[in-house]
Amino acid sequence: MSKQVITVLQLYPKDMNIYGDYGNLLVIQRRLEWYGYEPKVIHYNVGDTFPSDVDIIIGGGGQDSGQEVIHQDLINIGPKLKALAEKEVPMLLVCGLYQLFGNFFKTLDGKTLTGIGVLDVETHGTHERLIGNIVTNNEEFGDIIGYENHSGQTYLGKSAEPFATVVKGAGNNTRDGHEGARYKNVIGTYLHGSILPKNPLLADFLIHTAVTKKYGDFSTDIVDDLLADLARKVAEDRPR
Amino acid sequence: MVYMPHPFVVILGKSVRYVARLRGGGSALPGLFVEKISPDFIKNTLAQLPHGVVVISGTNGKTTTTKMVVALLEAHGLKVFTNRTGSNFTRGVAAALLGDIDIKGNLDADIAVLELDEAHAVPFVKAVPPRYSLLLNVMRDQLDRFGEIDATAKMLEKIAIATTDTVVLNREDSRVLKIKDALTDQKVELFGLSDSLLPHFPSDDDMRDGSVKTVKRPDASVILKAYSGNKATYDLGGHEFSTTLKLNGIYNVFNGAAAIALAHAILGKDANTDSVISTIASVTPAFGRGEELQVGGQPLELVLVKNPSGFRLGLKSFSPEGYATMIAVNDNYADGRDMSWLWDVDFESLAGEGVAQVSGVRAYDMALRLQYDEVTINHIEPDLAGALRQFIDVNKDKPKRIYCTYTAMLALRKELSKITKVEVIS
Repeated sequence: MSKQVITVLQLYPKDMNIYGDYGNLLVIQRRLEWYGYEPKVIHYNVGDTFPSDVDIIIGGGGQDSGQEVIHQDLINIGPKLKALAEKEVPMLLVCGLYQLFGNFFKTLDGKTLTGIGVLDVETHGTHERLIGNIVTNNEEFGDIIGYENHSGQTYLGKSAEPFATVVKGAGNNTRDGHEGARYKNVIGTYLHGSILPKNPLLADFLIHTAVTKKYGDFSTDIVDDLLADLARKVAEDRPR
Repeated sequence: MVYMPHPFVVILGKSVRYVARLRGGGSALPGLFVEKISPDFIKNTLAQLPHGVVVISGTNGKTTTTKMVVALLEAHGLKVFTNRTGSNFTRGVAAALLGDIDIKGNLDADIAVLELDEAHAVPFVKAVPPRYSLLLNVMRDQLDRFGEIDATAKMLEKIAIATTDTVVLNREDSRVLKIKDALTDQKVELFGLSDSLLPHFPSDDDMRDGSVKTVKRPDASVILKAYSGNKATYDLGGHEFSTTLKLNGIYNVFNGAAAIALAHAILGKDANTDSVISTIASVTPAFGRGEELQVGGQPLELVLVKNPSGFRLGLKSFSPEGYATMIAVNDNYADGRDMSWLWDVDFESLAGEGVAQVSGVRAYDMALRLQYDEVTINHIEPDLAGALRQFIDVNKDKPKRIYCTYTAMLALRKELSKITKVEVIS
């Protein structure tokens, strides 16, 4: 019997790639394989045709210059991404793309980059860089461990839910004590690290949601997460 | 601000340096001390030098390149002051000065060649404008310190603008090459690679692109034309020279091109090509940068890895075949606290031989990274001393190679010095 295929789309690997968020793609790819599925990876870059059939979408952080390069293209495919979000397709957007999945990003020099409004959040550039090891907590996934590095501060609108509560670190901004945002199965977060390797429950949420949505049931295979557990224990106690 | 007369500062600083060395290590501590009580100390001392100050900066290769530049200038009869320890913060420079000046504060040198960390170089060049600067590359390094590579490139641009005579730039790094456009008063010299060697140096931008594109670049005064085995061919102003090198790894050999270009800019007509080539041929790797030690009759190589591009180049330069491999990853301030970078390095080349030992504070992060590239690991031991002992015991009859982050490298060298000959760096 041929394996069931799950299509994973990575947004803008060419221009939004410098914070190790590639690890998220690798983790989804490998875990799909380990669970017995066949991952099909699409690298979506500026100007490419947006595919009609997608099961998981992930995207990472980039330089300010990278954000400018992809901005118009993202606006163009925005309606398609919005439709997929409404259809409960799981997505993980980290840092730069989290900001642009919001309503807007207002830079320090007063420029406003319009976002695609999948998440009801807005981001304001600041002089302060929020940087260091971070631990947050989410009811569904427990402690989430990663590393944040951003000078944009994000504020949630009425229809956005925070993704997690900050245990140690800064999170969305210096005031609210929460981190990231969630709408349906779309998760926006500032956590690098990469986030998925050390938070396998979150990786499995994206995978499980995609697989059950497409095929109804999920693999009974088990992945050994001992190394992730040990790495989490060390990371939790490291200085910021 | 407290003002102290110069000789007094010197004596105090020298005493702190002596005490710090008795305690073992801490090359920057006495410098910190002097910096606090006499902020103009470095400036005043370096102002005496007839050939001025040379600053070498960039993400990767500073220490090895500085070592080569010093050797080239010394081969041409210049007396060179340098910060040999790789302690490339301002404090490290002050500490090195304290070791080299006499009690009256005189520095017996013709020229200072300093490697400086990007961020620390900016205030440094404001106080002490260099006559020459060499800017090597901008790679993702400790982004937790600088924020973004574009910001780091800006720092290098400031060094270039503060330079009074000649700026030497890497034409293969688009962010470094762009600095040329910001310069009006300075002379600019470029160094580069032949098209055929370009694919060995994928930049962070090319990383997920799969291919390295050959675009048209401006002419360079020094080009690394070819490299295989340990034989390199450099093109100096249209003339080709081949030589056998003691350096390991293509990135060190490319740094040779940078060093030659800088030495040419400094020496001008006095540069003797035969002496340049024979000097480059005789330079050995800087400590921990492909350095080879002997342990139990087998070679043990230390390869410093600080960032994804450096780690990728290291894995590409050294074949794992027949070697026992250890990886030691720390996350102290000098290593960078963020572990994200490990996910931008492809470890599949190690899958064939596996990894014998994983160690360091973030041993489990490293092991987790290897798990996702399906690389077999024999042992994981976060404690460096214990891991090193086990690694040597279990792999007695094999040549060994350790990829290590900065503070892990220092700790491992210290452990290794108990069982074999290790050059002391002070």
